[in-house]
Amino acid sequence: MEKILKVQMEAVLENQGLARAVAAAYASELDPTVEELTEIKTAVSEAFSNAAIHGYPGDMSGSVTMEIATIRPSTIMIKISDQGVGIEDIAQAMEPLFTTDTGDERSGMGFTVMESFTDKIKVDSRPGEGTTVTLIKKLDTYYDF
Amino acid sequence: MDMIFNIKENILVAELFGELDHHAAGKVREDTDSAMETYGCRDLVFDFTRVTFMDSSGIGVILGRYRKLSAAGGRVAITGCSLTVRNILNMAGVFSLVDYFDTRDEAVNYLNRKEVS
Repeated sequence: MEKILKVQMEAVLENQGLARAVAAAYASELDPTVEELTEIKTAVSEAFSNAAIHGYPGDMSGSVTMEIATIRPSTIMIKISDQGVGIEDIAQAMEPLFTTDTGDERSGMGFTVMESFTDKIKVDSRPGEGTTVTLIKKLDTYYDF
Repeated sequence: MDMIFNIKENILVAELFGELDHHAAGKVREDTDSAMETYGCRDLVFDFTRVTFMDSSGIGVILGRYRKLSAAGGRVAITGCSLTVRNILNMAGVFSLVDYFDTRDEAVNYLNRKEVS
C-alpha cells in the first residue's frame, strides 16, 4: 500500500463536495480517464452522503473519515467510515431501491451506483458501532511505459 | 447549485448549473416546486446541459417531480444529460417514466404537441 491519505470531516452534507474533490485530487495523480474520475467522484459522493445521512440520523453529530491508498500501481482503495448507528441488515441495505426514508425522495440507489462505478465494494457494519465502506477501483487505462 | 427558469406556455424549463448532490437536491426540489406553482405550469423540462456532476440524489429529484406532476395530469421531460448522468438515471429505470430528448426544443415541442392533440 502506497501514498496513504487520511482525512476526517464533519458528517454534514455540506462536506459532500469536499469529499469528492479530495478523492478526485488523489486519483488525478494516477492518470485516470475523465470517465473514471467521474465514477470515483460519484461513488465517494454516495458513500459520504450515506454516512452523513444514515450513519448519524436526526440530531446526531459525528465525523466521517476517508482513507485513500494506492494498493497496486493502477488500483486505488477508498475507505469511508463513520462511528454512527451502523446497519442492521447489510444485504437489505444494498438492495436496489431499498430505502429507510419514505418522505424525503431518496431513491435507494446509493449502493447500486457505488457497485456499478467501482470494481469491488465491501461493507462492514455493526449496529451501534458505525459503518465502513471500502471501494476498490482499478484504472484500466494505466500504461506502464 | 444555480437554476434558471424559463416558461413556455404551460411548460416550465428548469436549467440546472453545477453539481447536483444530496446537499443541493433539497433546494432544487423546493425551487422547482415553487416555480411550478408560482407560474401555474403543468409540464416540466429539466435541462441537464450545464450539470457538471450528479449522484443518485438526481433520481429522487426527477421521480419526485414526476409523481407530483403526473398526479395532476402533467408530465416531465429531460434533456442534455451526459453519458454518466444517463447511466445513473437508467439504473433506476427513470426513462421508463420520463421521456428523454437530445435538445430542449425537442422536449418543449413534444410536450406542446401532446397538449394540442
